[in-house]
Amino acid sequence: MKGVWPILIVDDEEVMCESMAAWLREDGYRVDTAPNGRKAVELAKATDYAIYFVDLKMPGGMDGIETMIEIRRLRPDAAIIIITAYATVDTAIQAMKEGAQEYIVKPCNPQEISLLVSRILKLKKLQRENAILRKKITRQYHHSDIVTKNPRMEEILALARDVASLRSTVLIRGESGTGKELVARAIHYSGERADKPFITVSCAALSETLLESELFGYEKGAFTGAGAQSKGKFELADGGAIFLDEIGDISAKLQADLLRVLQERRFYRVGGGEEIQVDARVITATNKDLAEEVRQGRFRDDLYYRVNVIEIRIPPLRERREDIPLLAEHFVERIGHELGKDISGISADALKLFIEYDWPGNVRELQNVIERAIVTCHNGTLGASDFAWLEQQVGSREPWKVPDVPLNELERRAIIAALERKQGNVKEAAAALGIDRSTLYDKLKRYEITH
Amino acid sequence: MNTFYIVAVGHVASEVLDWLDTAAAEWFPFPVRRLPALAIPEGSFDAVRQQYQSVEVMKTVAQTAPRDTGRLLGVTELDLAIPMLTFLFGQAQLEGRVAVVSLCRLRQEFYGLPANDGLLRERAIKEMLHELGHTFGLTHCSEPQCAMSLATHIDLVDAKRERYCDRCGAHLARRLAAGNGGAI
Repeated sequence: MKGVWPILIVDDEEVMCESMAAWLREDGYRVDTAPNGRKAVELAKATDYAIYFVDLKMPGGMDGIETMIEIRRLRPDAAIIIITAYATVDTAIQAMKEGAQEYIVKPCNPQEISLLVSRILKLKKLQRENAILRKKITRQYHHSDIVTKNPRMEEILALARDVASLRSTVLIRGESGTGKELVARAIHYSGERADKPFITVSCAALSETLLESELFGYEKGAFTGAGAQSKGKFELADGGAIFLDEIGDISAKLQADLLRVLQERRFYRVGGGEEIQVDARVITATNKDLAEEVRQGRFRDDLYYRVNVIEIRIPPLRERREDIPLLAEHFVERIGHELGKDISGISADALKLFIEYDWPGNVRELQNVIERAIVTCHNGTLGASDFAWLEQQVGSREPWKVPDVPLNELERRAIIAALERKQGNVKEAAAALGIDRSTLYDKLKRYEITH
Repeated sequence: MNTFYIVAVGHVASEVLDWLDTAAAEWFPFPVRRLPALAIPEGSFDAVRQQYQSVEVMKTVAQTAPRDTGRLLGVTELDLAIPMLTFLFGQAQLEGRVAVVSLCRLRQEFYGLPANDGLLRERAIKEMLHELGHTFGLTHCSEPQCAMSLATHIDLVDAKRERYCDRCGAHLARRLAAGNGGAI
């Protein structure tokens, strides 16, 4: 087991390297040695060592601190132990400042080294377990939180997977409650940055000045109440992704600031003079028609093109009714478990009611409705009576009657209605009708519909 | 036929070497022979630390290995150390032929206590089994009573028994059964 944790010893004295390596090998470790910093860096490129023992004083070329800095650049998580025969407080402080895990004075007691190595490896093991658990969480987001058998949603998930490894900005459109943040998370957690932060900001919830300091952080004294420097969400998302929800609601000034970050990947904290560089993928979401906002002059067109490199439109729940029973059962199981209620399922009557209802609040509304029913119900199966208020709303609507016309006329009317709803957008109309674009073009030709 | 050789580095009481001869013959299927004592290697003494460099002692012992060596154990009263560590109870070539055991810190006198031959015998045999285990490819064992557990303090030597645990013993038996007395 210890063999999976390789150790590198860097010292110009061959006898020091070899005797220490032999001692550690007796403990079962795989140990390599390097006579100088350059060789150590070369070895570190090829192997991710669990521990580096680096001698502080090495004549000629790189000394221990320089070697450590280079190794850190390559392997930010490396555990580096600086060894020296010349112990001074200053060098110890410098070594620790530069990121050394420990500082030991040779010769040292075998027990001390043995404990040190096992302590560091225990930490490494925990870090590895943590990474595995993170991966499990990632899979959870990806697989179980987006429940669908709707072909359009499946296409969206496939697209999310495809774009996950890119750095391009993504704009997610959809009504409130359709699951825009879930799709954003699925994109982030399927990509190479999955183990890095995913930071969310709701742009609509904050005033312009609050949002500015929330996004970019502030320096001490930047405004009344700024008692200490604070990092903004962009800085916190460095290396990972930032999700800006309700991007359509930000002010003109913040639009300009955001454009600068997207173009230059750098910004200033509020009240700060130091330029901060960030590498964060930007995923945005809106329930507004941003193209229309641009036409109306309320949203900058240059920012629109920046955030809209990849666009994903999530259909409202009423356009994916086949998902309603699946989602309902998913929520009953999950929320029942969370609230400690023994709910065996949901009745066919209740599901019928759900399918007929229009769900203006989309999946979130469905989730809330089920949660409310579970809170108030006794154990057993959720029935239509648990959703009586919903029944009233469904019942108050005029039932739709099938017009007495031939089938092809019915199809023609459905196509026209879809085109009207989508302002003539064939792609969206085809999606709403559940057919592909070329099929819709064929039908437009056949029914001589001009749009 | 491979032979198990024992050699003293500097003066070592013949009684101690007898203990080790006997124990080695019990554990390993080699004829046991003793080589003439070696002089303390020149240049092995570290005047600053008042100790002897284990690497130099190992080298000297290895150079004296006869052609039919199965294993060669150096035994010394010298206080051994390596540059990184304050002391060693012994040292071995992992999967090699040569090992060294130092009696210096196995003696009660080192800790300011009256001599105790019985205890010295036990400790010396434990350390011999430990270092020879390394030459058969065994690494440290997590079982504190096993001869292969890592002892960084004399108390940990005393916590061991003069034998290998089942797992280490089985490994050793496999190596010895593999032919040629486990020689490499």
